[in-house]
Amino acid sequence: MKHEIVEKNIGLMIVLIVVAISFGGLAQIIPLFWQAETTEPIDGLKPLGAIALEGRDIYIREGCHVCHTQMVRPFRAETERYGHYSVAGEHVYEHPFLWGSKRTGPDLARVGGRYSDDWHMAHLYNPRDVVPESNMPGFSWLFENTLTGKDTAAKMSALRIVGVPYTDEDIANAAAPFASGEVKEIDALVVYLQQLGTLLTRKR
Amino acid sequence: MSTFWSMWIIVITAVTIAGCTWLLFANRKIEASSEETEDGEAPKTGHVYDGIEEYDHPLPGWWFNMYLGTVIFAVVYLVLYPGMGSYAGVLGWTQTGQWQEEVDAAEEKYAPIYAQYASMSVEELIANPEAIKMGRRLFNNNCSVCHGSDGRGSYGFPNLADSNWLYGGSAADIKASITHGRQGAMPAWGAVIGEEGVDNVAEYVFNISGREHDAAKSEKGAQVYTTYCAACHSADGTGMTAIGAPNLTDGVWLYGGSPSLIRHSIRNGRTGNMPAQADKLKAEKIHLLAGYVYNLSKNQ
Repeated sequence: MKHEIVEKNIGLMIVLIVVAISFGGLAQIIPLFWQAETTEPIDGLKPLGAIALEGRDIYIREGCHVCHTQMVRPFRAETERYGHYSVAGEHVYEHPFLWGSKRTGPDLARVGGRYSDDWHMAHLYNPRDVVPESNMPGFSWLFENTLTGKDTAAKMSALRIVGVPYTDEDIANAAAPFASGEVKEIDALVVYLQQLGTLLTRKR
Repeated sequence: MSTFWSMWIIVITAVTIAGCTWLLFANRKIEASSEETEDGEAPKTGHVYDGIEEYDHPLPGWWFNMYLGTVIFAVVYLVLYPGMGSYAGVLGWTQTGQWQEEVDAAEEKYAPIYAQYASMSVEELIANPEAIKMGRRLFNNNCSVCHGSDGRGSYGFPNLADSNWLYGGSAADIKASITHGRQGAMPAWGAVIGEEGVDNVAEYVFNISGREHDAAKSEKGAQVYTTYCAACHSADGTGMTAIGAPNLTDGVWLYGGSPSLIRHSIRNGRTGNMPAQADKLKAEKIHLLAGYVYNLSKNQ
């Protein structure tokens, strides 16, 4: 093919550029969609319950993932601080992933069970009450807003379409945990945080 | 990885590298002078933009060699490291293998130090400044988030640097608290004894802790105390370390000692939770931490 033809037909050039770039994705990304290591859940992994699912959406809404990663890399310095390194099978039910890319605060991939619920509440209300040098903002409004669970079933149905194995029963009962009208956003967020990364343990 | 996907990756990678190399050589022009025009000017490409023409020079040598260098780097890399499908590479490098090496190296370096301290009793550790220094670092990394960097705790998180213990302050008790965690649960009494009962029993609690109180209310509160509170906090109010029921007579208040906070504790109950460290921290680290915490209270 003559250079001139490519250079003078910008549409053709765009198509050829896309083809050239797609080789990288074809080799690096596409095979991962068919590998057990990246598509099979690890033992014991379950889809998030209704309250934890709402908690996860609060985590996203408040932008926690902007300052906190959820990805323990396989370096000793990290596994000594956070525990077992993250594996792909832990994240197969996550849409979208919350791996993050910047650590202003610590990694949260294995924060579950590390602190008490009361600590999380005190810390999220005003982080400096428990960690004086913290520069994390407080999230006092989470203690006022109540969750109704009216969208939880729809969220579960949507996640089921992309492969999260919620059962019909899960979806039918999605609003039940919120029926008391006393589930605050903070409760849901703490439930979500307390289950993070608890399936894989490694003594530090 | 299945053979199909392995081959898929190998073929695409090989074709891409070959294609890049072909592109370089297919467009290479070695000699500029061979086509020089009579007036000694280099030949033109024939492109004209607003009257500006483009010379048809060969690729600069540094650029050509750099391009070639990246191709060679790619080939060498794919031979040494994993990249070509399921081919593991000559070096046999893996991400987790590198991590394991790091961990093993550290283990070799630190295991003897931990083993030495593990062979000492907690009581012996507090006489060893090096052990306490290590314990302090472990404490700062793992415990200070709740108990404070000085171990003095805060509202709802016990002070470890005094001689007041919810679950006992012996070396064994401290170690058990760290290893297995502690779950404190004071039930909410508001609905059971009513607001008047809460008020009365609060006055009784002020009484036994030696504070100003309303004698009449305290007397009524004493009966409520005997019925509902004494089972855990003991008849004389000194608590019970077996279940972490605090001593009410010593003037130490984990959840605040103001009258309204004490009434709140009685009315709504309190739950404390020290997370178990048994499957988070290695036993020898817990041992050192127990030593440090024991030291905090002994050498306050």
